[in-house]
Amino acid sequence: MIQLIAFYLFATIVIASAAMVIFARNPVHSVMWLILAFFNAAGLMLLAGAEFIAMLLVIVYVGAVAVLFLFVVMMLDIDFAELRAGFVRYLPLGALVAIILAAELIFAVGAWQAGGVDLAARAAPAVTDKSNIQQIGELLYTRYIFLFEAAGIVLLVAMIGAIVLTHRQRGGVRIQNISAQNRRRPEDATRLVDPGVGQGMEL
Amino acid sequence: MTEFFQGLGMSYEWAWGLATVAGILLIALPLMLAVAMIIYADRKIWAAIALRRGPNVVGPFGLLQSFADGLKVFLQETIIPSSANRGLFLIAPIITFTVALMAWAVIPFNSGAVLADINVGLLYILAISSLGVYGVILSGWSSNSKYPFFSAMRASAQMISYEVSIGFILIGVVLFADSFNMNEIVKAQQGHGLGFVNAFGFNLLLFPLAVMFLISALAETARAPFDLTEAESELVAGYQTEYSSMSFALFWLGEYANVLLMCALNAILFWGGWLPPVDWAPLYAVPGIIWLFAKILFFFFVFSWVKATVPRYRYDQLMRLGWKVFLPISLFWVFLISGYLMLTRYS
Repeated sequence: MIQLIAFYLFATIVIASAAMVIFARNPVHSVMWLILAFFNAAGLMLLAGAEFIAMLLVIVYVGAVAVLFLFVVMMLDIDFAELRAGFVRYLPLGALVAIILAAELIFAVGAWQAGGVDLAARAAPAVTDKSNIQQIGELLYTRYIFLFEAAGIVLLVAMIGAIVLTHRQRGGVRIQNISAQNRRRPEDATRLVDPGVGQGMEL
Repeated sequence: MTEFFQGLGMSYEWAWGLATVAGILLIALPLMLAVAMIIYADRKIWAAIALRRGPNVVGPFGLLQSFADGLKVFLQETIIPSSANRGLFLIAPIITFTVALMAWAVIPFNSGAVLADINVGLLYILAISSLGVYGVILSGWSSNSKYPFFSAMRASAQMISYEVSIGFILIGVVLFADSFNMNEIVKAQQGHGLGFVNAFGFNLLLFPLAVMFLISALAETARAPFDLTEAESELVAGYQTEYSSMSFALFWLGEYANVLLMCALNAILFWGGWLPPVDWAPLYAVPGIIWLFAKILFFFFVFSWVKATVPRYRYDQLMRLGWKVFLPISLFWVFLISGYLMLTRYS
């Protein structure tokens, strides 16, 4: 009973907030609705018994990705009239994308109704009383180890690529060199002199 | 507690529901009281280190100061700036406050005395603490004012940066404890250090992580010396500048509830949680919750001590510490610990 109520609650909020992502006028509000959608999707994952994935969804998407979205969107200077101006021009393209997505959905459901490909038995771990994390770990680090490592390498390449693309050396910038500062002793910076009266000293 | 309510002649569902609500109240209400007292303690410690008296007027030794402040704030008018984004402006403090309370659901106060004994407890804490940044960002943006906005930018960058290293530090603890469940992590520390000390912190491999976690906790809760989000010399009062009355009080309560949470995490992850400090039978006669509170209060004292002693960091120094010092070290430590465990425990 309570699962059913929770499921419909989460599912309704996911769909409603996903719709609000599109309909909200203000992009910051859009991102907030997106976060609500992520959060409730995590709730759905919990109901499906995938607590590890649910927590990862919150940590990665809500905690990091959406914060960066918000970071960028907050700093935009948005002219709302200009945003709405392109609506008619982009309508055909948007409709095309929507039709393709709908067709794919229907196709997938049809294929699934026809029996589907029996991948489930291969991917699923043996049913044990182990926790979610242990089961995923056992699959990921044994059967799918090469795919997992390949994914890691792809991410590493992407990371290095992003750094290379955005890194630029600017000349004439004074950067604090902390180890040099720490190495500096009083003798390097000061000198003790004893000038005679009226002589002054060279600085 | 479900059994207790069932004993009163209720069906399981009702008993469970009532037990959960009672558990939430049993955690949230004492926590609010603790926050009120801890604000007083913070001011007293700070005053003592600065050779001042601190609050000493309201009640004996000024003990009721926080309640007087609370009443004052409660009776004030809530001012909403005319150019603020009204909805988000009011939601932001509520988010901060709620999120600060939510994380306490998985904190074990004694063996089995935990509201939600889930097997991803530590991940839950990470998830909830990563939500805390939204209250700050939203308040900064919705205030529609320069200084709060700068503060929100700083806060989000700071929290994300330190969450990365906190994540790696936690992996070290999880590897040793072999579980994400908070209670299991506490139990794994029994007699861990030198065979009789109930703490991960006395393990030579984990001690550096404990130190880094303490510092990261300061940065994560934006306490001094990392309180750049409310650096009054640069940003007036940071993201709280435009807030007044209860909406301001909610930020204040949430902030201190978060500080207490980080102290509790320090105690639970590295210093034995509700276990007595030493694995010696007579010490187990003292209830675990008292040990846990003693440890939390000790770490809170350390937090206040640091606040009163250390000058504020510069923002680039803060980022450097997070990304160039803590991240490489904690990443290396994950390798080190996994290698050590492979050699000793799993070979």
